[in-house]
Amino acid sequence: MPWLALAFLSPGLVMLAALVVYPIGYTTWRSLRDASGRSYLGLHNYVTMFRSDSTRTAIGNNVIWLLVAPTVVTALGTVFAVVTERVRWATAFKLVLFMPMAISFLAAGIIFSLVYADNPDRGLANATVVAVHDVVSPAAAYPGARPRDPGPFTQQADGSLRSSRGYQPGESALVGLVGVRPTSLPAGRVPAVPTAATPGTVGGTVWFDFVPGGGGVPGAIDPGERALPGVVVQAVRDGTVVATARTGDRGEFRFGGLPPATYTLRLPASNFTEPFAGFVWLGPTLVTWSIIGGYVWMWTGFAMVLIAAGLAAIPREALEAARVDGGTEWQVFRRVTVPLLSPVLVVVLVTLMINVLKVFDLVFILAPQSSQDDANVLALEMWRVSFGGGQDQGLGSALGVFLFLLVLPAMIFNVRRFHRGQR
Amino acid sequence: MSHRTAAGGPPRGVPSRVANRLGSGAVQLLLVLVAVGWLVPTIGLAVSSLRSAEDNNATGWWTVLTRPAQLTIGNYQKVLDNPQIVQSFWNTVLITVPATLLVVIFGALAAYAFAWIDFRGRDLLFIGVVGLLVVPIQVALIPAAVLFGMLHIFGSIISVIAFHVAFGLPFAIFLLRNFFAGIPRDLLEAARMDGAGEWRIFRKVILPLGLPALASLAIFQFLWVWNDLLVALVFADSDSAPLTVLLRGQTRQFGSNIDILAPGAFLSLAVPLIVFFSFQRYYVQGVLAGSVK
Repeated sequence: MPWLALAFLSPGLVMLAALVVYPIGYTTWRSLRDASGRSYLGLHNYVTMFRSDSTRTAIGNNVIWLLVAPTVVTALGTVFAVVTERVRWATAFKLVLFMPMAISFLAAGIIFSLVYADNPDRGLANATVVAVHDVVSPAAAYPGARPRDPGPFTQQADGSLRSSRGYQPGESALVGLVGVRPTSLPAGRVPAVPTAATPGTVGGTVWFDFVPGGGGVPGAIDPGERALPGVVVQAVRDGTVVATARTGDRGEFRFGGLPPATYTLRLPASNFTEPFAGFVWLGPTLVTWSIIGGYVWMWTGFAMVLIAAGLAAIPREALEAARVDGGTEWQVFRRVTVPLLSPVLVVVLVTLMINVLKVFDLVFILAPQSSQDDANVLALEMWRVSFGGGQDQGLGSALGVFLFLLVLPAMIFNVRRFHRGQR
Repeated sequence: MSHRTAAGGPPRGVPSRVANRLGSGAVQLLLVLVAVGWLVPTIGLAVSSLRSAEDNNATGWWTVLTRPAQLTIGNYQKVLDNPQIVQSFWNTVLITVPATLLVVIFGALAAYAFAWIDFRGRDLLFIGVVGLLVVPIQVALIPAAVLFGMLHIFGSIISVIAFHVAFGLPFAIFLLRNFFAGIPRDLLEAARMDGAGEWRIFRKVILPLGLPALASLAIFQFLWVWNDLLVALVFADSDSAPLTVLLRGQTRQFGSNIDILAPGAFLSLAVPLIVFFSFQRYYVQGVLAGSVK
């Protein structure tokens, strides 16, 4: 009888022994030796590993991954599973969310490097962020514009322009700007006109103090020079803003009804700030978080499908009873659904944690060369040290053993769970 | 909804029902937005693969909404004319198909022994296999490289296949053994009465009845191997590199060669998507059974 069993088992067991079990032993042995494998080093590789900056960054990032990714994926999966329970097109929804599970991390990496492209004209993430930002706080009308120098206005440290002299009601100011970008000029080519001074009013004109092709007098409105509408101008007295106006089509502004005094004029920095260009998603600060975003996209469907299967197994009576007792939907969810679901949630979390510990491809593909050190994770570090340039297989083995030790609790969890299922 | 009230729940007034209806409308709208959000990145890749490099560098893919004329299949023509890319696509097939078949065959054989043949130490051995489910492949990369080097197969397609088979087996055995164990004992006994040996029972009873599980496993393994980057990156040389490894090389100069990357990535994910949509039921079952890998 054992011979028969052996015949059935041997192809599989030989493969497992040669390429999974024996390697665990070999790697452990190898991790105690130097890069060439000739001399014994004791635990030296492990000391080097924990002292190296890149391994430390990798461990830190793995901790972020471990804390954030499984939680977010499970939370989203739970919400979607519960919500779609009562939606008729739930299957279609699940299919859409599950679809990324079928594609490679490589393809997902390429997909998300398109999404995360810096330029808001090309990257979807920045295009969206910029569009939302511009609705909330509109873009400056004339980014980069500055006063004619020398002239009555000077640029302050905060980016605003301030008149160096005071104006009294009845006077009018000439605010000539240069450095206006052709793209921010209004379409109409409206020539600027000096604003006539009227009693009781401080007025003025904001215009582009530049004649195409050259010529013209700096600080004066020459024929052909164009008005700058939509510039915000403030009248300031003793350091407080007392009136605000916006220039009209001809570049004119007026503060009427000001009590007699001396006012300085101020053009706030918001007129001139550079347009918001979104975030550097794959730059050093955000890179790990952005990659986690891609991971969430790939795995939420998995969590949702598993949790939905768990939900379907919950006895309806338990939920009904809680509802009859007057529980709100949230209470029912919190007090009945989640506890009954907890075994499934634990399995999902553990699966994701193991998976996240081994995350490699997505980081490898998505993190550009310049921020790969900042996005480093253990599996990537292992590859870099042993194959991708490092060629130190002693140190690489130590990293492999370290990764293996990290998934050991999950192995024990699995064996226990299986053991319980058997009884 | 109405029978719930009839069953003794608190009576609900008209306003609450309207609120419910509105709430459900809002939920549905939100779900539609989420689904669209989930699809958009992939659509972005698909559309980008159909635009020229100049267009892709100048504007976002969403400009096709207003200028559909910019769509072109030129990138795909270029990619399909590139012998390296075509070769790597075939390498992917040559790696994936044998690696899938071997895992299914070896896995089914072992699973049958674990489920239906009594031998000493069986449960302990099986628990050992369950333990191997989570072993990270990083722990085996270096020893396997050394081993393949000694066997003079390092860099070949065979080495990639062998590694995939080994690491696919714990899950295969686990999944199939649980399924085979659920086959009614009577069926096996009946076959045994008719004088069938173990091999015959395996072929005539277990394999046909275990087909759903075998299908789940095959799809799961197929996608796993097809999508792999790391194993092939370590073991395959440039002649046996699959599509993922080739494309990874191209990402080093990202931006300048999006006209190769986008269609290449789309080719690489088209096959898994077709498999997924054709057999999604089996695949989902495989994933459900395979959680904790």
